[in-house]
Amino acid sequence: MTDLVLPAPVTPVRSALRRFLSLVLIHGVLIAGAVFMLAPFVWMLVTSIKPPAEIFNAEISLWPKQFYGLQNYGFAMEKAPLLRFALNGVILCGGILIVQLLVAIPCAYALAKLSFPGRNALFVLVLLGLCIPVQVPAMPLYIALAQLGLLNTYFAMMVPFFLSVFAIFLFRQFFRSFPDDIINAARLDGMSEFEIVWRIVTPSAWPAIAAFSVFSAVAHWNDLYWPLIVISDARLAPPPLGMMFFADAETGSNYGALTAAATILTAPLVIAFLVARRRFIDGITVTGVK
Amino acid sequence: MTLALASASGPAPAARRRLRIERVTGLGFALPAFVLLLLTILLPLAVLLWLSFTNYEFGGVDMDWVGLANFRKALADPIIRRSLVNTLLYVAIVVPGGVLGALLIAVLVHRRKRTRSVYEVIYFLPVTSTLIAMATVWQFLLHPSLGPVNGVLKWLGLGPVAFLSEPSTALATLAVIGIWQLLGFNMILFLAGLTAIPRDLYEAADIDGCSGGIDRFLTITWPLLGPTTMFVLVTTMITAFKIFDTVAVMTRGGPVGSTEVLLYNVYLEGFQYFHTGYAAALTFIFLAFILVFSAVQTFALDKKVHY
Repeated sequence: MTDLVLPAPVTPVRSALRRFLSLVLIHGVLIAGAVFMLAPFVWMLVTSIKPPAEIFNAEISLWPKQFYGLQNYGFAMEKAPLLRFALNGVILCGGILIVQLLVAIPCAYALAKLSFPGRNALFVLVLLGLCIPVQVPAMPLYIALAQLGLLNTYFAMMVPFFLSVFAIFLFRQFFRSFPDDIINAARLDGMSEFEIVWRIVTPSAWPAIAAFSVFSAVAHWNDLYWPLIVISDARLAPPPLGMMFFADAETGSNYGALTAAATILTAPLVIAFLVARRRFIDGITVTGVK
Repeated sequence: MTLALASASGPAPAARRRLRIERVTGLGFALPAFVLLLLTILLPLAVLLWLSFTNYEFGGVDMDWVGLANFRKALADPIIRRSLVNTLLYVAIVVPGGVLGALLIAVLVHRRKRTRSVYEVIYFLPVTSTLIAMATVWQFLLHPSLGPVNGVLKWLGLGPVAFLSEPSTALATLAVIGIWQLLGFNMILFLAGLTAIPRDLYEAADIDGCSGGIDRFLTITWPLLGPTTMFVLVTTMITAFKIFDTVAVMTRGGPVGSTEVLLYNVYLEGFQYFHTGYAAALTFIFLAFILVFSAVQTFALDKKVHY
């Protein structure tokens, strides 16, 4: 009953003060967290334009006394084919995504709208496939690719990801809500199922396809495990593997060049994210919408 | 006779034709996916199972059936035990940090109006960045003599900490980097969950005299966020259990095995030492954990209905 005393002294001034203090506290926590999140990016950019002397005197300064960016970036570009790594990343992500969409969209349409023998069994397999990370089939796939003499090819880097059970699952959910009447009307108009899939149903699923594309591209741009296994030729390395080769090479403790390389290889995705913020957030968290 | 036949299939020919077309196109549309499923998941799984019962070494010539010897060896192997303990320890740090941290940030960000999108971008940035490249930056940040983190510690009068080369701190340091990477992802999932909570519930709570922030959180937000929390918890567990990148680049299992994790050992045995049979058995141990986590998720998502 002593609680009853509490509400009494809430005067306007006090409540305003309380509001102010809680705002300070909230932003304090958020800003502290934001510093933790941003620190590596800031430090990466700052270090990439510092001369070695300033890096090695371990002074904490957020701006170099002597601008050394040209030398660091020049050295990094000269020592490793960084643009080639980025290009490999684009080829890898593009190739994977195109095949994923070509395979998953018709399959998802069939699972959602057509009845055919084995449909339920296939869907169960798709659901089971969702639980199997690429590290599981990796070894047999590696042995098979080695036997076929296909190691160190773009194909080897892409092949385990051609089938995305997640894409099938996601698109199936989306296609199921597509009205049957429209499909039937299209059939009466003499459209083939092939045309229905690509010209009617697919455009309607644009948000899901865009989200999946971002998800897929980010995942494969950043993947290290599989390229590390099948690629030993530096000219074929996607960004993470390229970064690893570069860091392993003589650069050792040349942090100026290392951070310059890191900046170049991180930039494409980060810039894309800053430009298409919502699309990115939707795309990467699309796994959570299940 | 002809009449009976006609009436049995009378209105049907068109419909039957339709049905046949549907079955054929259905099969045709599913075929490429099925072939890929067979070649890149099912067949490799069968081969992997078979390999796990042999002593096959990639590149070697002979191969013997050894039964469960690989599994027995794995369970008795002190290195594998240590890597399993390390992996679970890593999960045990990343999960509470990554989930509770994200929940706190999401609750605080959710009520901001003007600054919300700024915070969203900042916290989400690490999710989009290439972890391998950022790992190099972290290595420098945490450098015992050159890194700014130790610079700050020194300024505070604390001795330098060799975060990544000290067995007692290396795994925890990797876990902090793991949290840094996935916090923004979890935050967005929590924000989606928070947006789904009806506003009038809070107003009703206000009328009922439950006005303090913490009160409101405990009586409304937390229970209604249950399914989201469960989902975030399980995905974080699976992601953390698959830790590989930072270990491969920053510590390579060291110092003195303190950051050896399961997937890294699978990689070493399978693709560096080429103990293929043994690595196959390890892969199944890895898969067993992932399946258990996934089962928890399915169970939890079924429960969602009851909230």
